[in-house]
Amino acid sequence: MTQYLIRRLLIAIPSLLGISVVLFTVLALAPGDPFEELATNPAIPPEVRANLRASLGIDDPIWQRYFSWLFAMLRGEWGYSFVSRINVDQLILQRLPVTLVVIGASQVVALAIALPVGVYAATRPYSVFDQIANTLAFVGFSLPTFFTGLLFILLFSIYLDWLPFVYRTELSETGWRWWWEQLRQSIMPVMVLGLFQGAAWTRFVRSAVLDVIRLDHVTTARAKGLPESRVTLRHVVRNALIPVVTLVALQMPIVFGGAIVTEQIFRVPGVGSLLISAILANDTPVIMAVTFVFAGLVIFFNLLADILYGWLDPRISYR
Amino acid sequence: MTLPRLLEIEGLKVHFQTDDGTVRAVDGVSIGVDRGETVSVVGESGCGKTVTAMTVLKLIAMPPGRIAEGRILWQGRDIVPMDPEQMRAIRSKEIGFVFQEPMTSLNPVYTVGQQIAETVRQHEGVSRKAALDRAAEMLGLVQIPNPSRRVHDYPHQFSGGMRQRVMIAMALSCNPKLLIADEPTTALDVTIQAQILDLLNEMKERLGMAVLLITHAMGVVAETAQRVVVMYAGVVVEEAPVEALFERPLHPYTQGLIRSIPRLDLAATEHRRLEAIPGTVPSLLNPPTGCRFAARCRHAIPECTAGEPALREIQPGHTARCIRAEEFL
Repeated sequence: MTQYLIRRLLIAIPSLLGISVVLFTVLALAPGDPFEELATNPAIPPEVRANLRASLGIDDPIWQRYFSWLFAMLRGEWGYSFVSRINVDQLILQRLPVTLVVIGASQVVALAIALPVGVYAATRPYSVFDQIANTLAFVGFSLPTFFTGLLFILLFSIYLDWLPFVYRTELSETGWRWWWEQLRQSIMPVMVLGLFQGAAWTRFVRSAVLDVIRLDHVTTARAKGLPESRVTLRHVVRNALIPVVTLVALQMPIVFGGAIVTEQIFRVPGVGSLLISAILANDTPVIMAVTFVFAGLVIFFNLLADILYGWLDPRISYR
Repeated sequence: MTLPRLLEIEGLKVHFQTDDGTVRAVDGVSIGVDRGETVSVVGESGCGKTVTAMTVLKLIAMPPGRIAEGRILWQGRDIVPMDPEQMRAIRSKEIGFVFQEPMTSLNPVYTVGQQIAETVRQHEGVSRKAALDRAAEMLGLVQIPNPSRRVHDYPHQFSGGMRQRVMIAMALSCNPKLLIADEPTTALDVTIQAQILDLLNEMKERLGMAVLLITHAMGVVAETAQRVVVMYAGVVVEEAPVEALFERPLHPYTQGLIRSIPRLDLAATEHRRLEAIPGTVPSLLNPPTGCRFAARCRHAIPECTAGEPALREIQPGHTARCIRAEEFL
């Protein structure tokens, strides 16, 4: 197991390197110059500008810039934002917790919906419950988050005025009021993401359970005289979880993508909105670092999926 | 007062609702099993033998399946009206079941020990440890080497024959009075088949339970059963003690089945082709009027299609559903 983990972590290195090459090249080829602002500023003489460019190595060939970026990265120097002049690692550390909390909570919501609804629907296929669940799930994952997000804001913030529609980082409240406000402002982004994922997973859980429920070993479990609840939980759901786990982990990149949009809509000051504002401002170091962190998270979740997979399915061994 | 029979299936009809109509998979079957006896049900695929066996424990999917008629008396009590709770008390505890497919009948994510122990715990409420000990003991009983170690292995670490042994161990773990084995050897190699049949016979001797053996292989019948029930297209066509059946089969279908047993000696020395019964099993959506076997029967006469022949006792203990049965004596 330890050996397997070490090997998987070693394999992650070339993937991360590959990702960084692609990211770096794409960003280098993209139009826009971080020095645009300086270029148009008449107070700065051209030779100062040229000196600055030379000292920052902006006119070096791409590969040279890539390697200097890579070695700086390895030393833990992630550079600083061209816009806010704050170190990138600090910027990300500031924003990451919010994103992780919102995404984490929304995934919990999604699973809390998908597992019970999917299993219940599959044990009673084509029943009224199943039909309703299927229809709602279909609607749920057909509606993009930017649409449901706006719909939620319109309904809960503007018409009903129950929830704030702008996420505030600095809450003036203290004590339990702080928690209450935090909860109130998190509900909508969490629900928008969670319902979307939950809808997609409900259909997946349902079909995974349906695949297992007609297998021979389920009949064996019934022949053993086990109560139906135990047959479902221990002999159906347990086996159906294997493909579900893979899907959940492999969908993480999509979840992060969805989070970027959702954060933008609700003004959640997370990594996603940081990325969007960085892209709009041509803030290359931030773009580079954030996308790289996302790539790292995706690789991490893939590894997690493989480990969970082996834990759920004894036929898979780590060698 | 005489003790009721262990299992008495009376006029059982099992229907399946499909898009094409009602399939009468089992159309009035009566089979009895006495204590300590081995009864074999034979017939080709689709004759309703598996459905009959599964229905005894109500393991068929309902719906689309439905017990349309008949009674299934377990030690005198009809199980047809029983609720799921009562059924669970009978499953494995009183009637053990061994399935056809050892490769898929065990749950791949639990160790065989856990799976056997689960049955024991369900019915006897013993501790986890005691149940696992019983599991190991059962594995030893079905002659799996190294039982105390193997009990922690997963199904995929066993071969097909070994898995079938595990299935038998599981079915016998609560000491049932009846073991229903649904084609237990069909999915196995010939050499393993013989071992499993020997094991079943031995278990029966040692534990004294009755066995209802479902099979399509006449060879299996000859080796294990005391009494044989031949099924065809959802009905019983002949029932007899095993010697009488092989010596003087009274239904042309049984005769055909016996003739179609492969004889290696004849195949090698006389280059005789294996005899098969021509035609296929009729659709159970709307069974033919008259004798269901008439279309494939070499002895068929016009009277055969006039009405369904009754199951008649031709000789003591030997019944057949054929109007010309006496002629075959």
